[in-house]
Amino acid sequence: MATSDIGDIQVAERALQHHFADMEQQRDTASFGMWMFLLTEIMFFGGLFCAYLVYRASYYHAFVEGSQKMNITLGATNTAVLICSSLTMALGVRAAQMGKPKLMVILLLITIVFGFGFLGIKAVEYHEHWVNHEFPGPSFHFETGDPAHPATDPQHTEIYFSLYWAMTGLHALHMVIGIGLVAWLVIAGLMGAYTPHYYNPVENVGLYWHFVDLVWIYLFPMLYLISKKHGG
Amino acid sequence: MAEHKETGSVGHIAPAKLYVAIWAILTALTLTTVLVSLVDIGPMNVVVALVIATIKGTLVVLFFMHLRYSPKLTMATVVAAMFWLFLLLSLTMTDYLTRAWPTYPGH
Repeated sequence: MATSDIGDIQVAERALQHHFADMEQQRDTASFGMWMFLLTEIMFFGGLFCAYLVYRASYYHAFVEGSQKMNITLGATNTAVLICSSLTMALGVRAAQMGKPKLMVILLLITIVFGFGFLGIKAVEYHEHWVNHEFPGPSFHFETGDPAHPATDPQHTEIYFSLYWAMTGLHALHMVIGIGLVAWLVIAGLMGAYTPHYYNPVENVGLYWHFVDLVWIYLFPMLYLISKKHGG
Repeated sequence: MAEHKETGSVGHIAPAKLYVAIWAILTALTLTTVLVSLVDIGPMNVVVALVIATIKGTLVVLFFMHLRYSPKLTMATVVAAMFWLFLLLSLTMTDYLTRAWPTYPGH
């Protein structure tokens, strides 16, 4: 135990950059920098959420018709998958904090499996929308099936699907990047890069992963749920 | 909580049980929001869905993202982000939602 502590402190000394007073200041600074980046990400997705609100307010019935085409079972399953991946990610960061690199690597690998699970289910949904011509562009085709609102313009439902593909697509891109970052942590973890005194990259990738989960927590009700029972 | 370890050099380590409890609450809330969405309760559908999403998001930020144990500077950053998002959404909607108000001749 004593030998391992000395080893940890030596790794920590190598990890401490000269412009920081100590490891704690370095860790707080790294974490703050990550939160600043996530703040810009909130504004990035916030713009899309804002566009969604504006068009939903303008073309409410067209959005209701579009959201009838969402597969709630697959969407809910994906929400559960992401929540599970957030749990394994949080436990992985905890394992790194406690100096258990093997446990960390196992938990991060499970996180990656959940990440691919999410993308796989999303791909099934995308395929369904694609073959049903629910992709904006020349091939887009939508029958206005609601006799109560015959005036609903398919072009307005096309806006709903444009936002659906843009928002979930940008989210899926973040998932792909997140899986790449977690894979990088796994490799570095296997090489013994992290100790209880130095695990900033694990903490920060964890923040990123949870943030991507957070975006989905809002995407799921907005795109799938809130218009489902408003057909009348 | 008594089992929390507070050490300056290592950072706060939350108990694994806490993370599992948060996961259980998040899963239960997901199930709730899906079931509620299948029942027509008028405008309350939107309210319930967004309130549940906000509870879930708050739990993720506070515990999974360690905000509860983070420096005040980090907390201020998150509050600033929420405020900025509020400005973006509210000021845009005050414009778009009021465009269809009736116009009165002669004014």
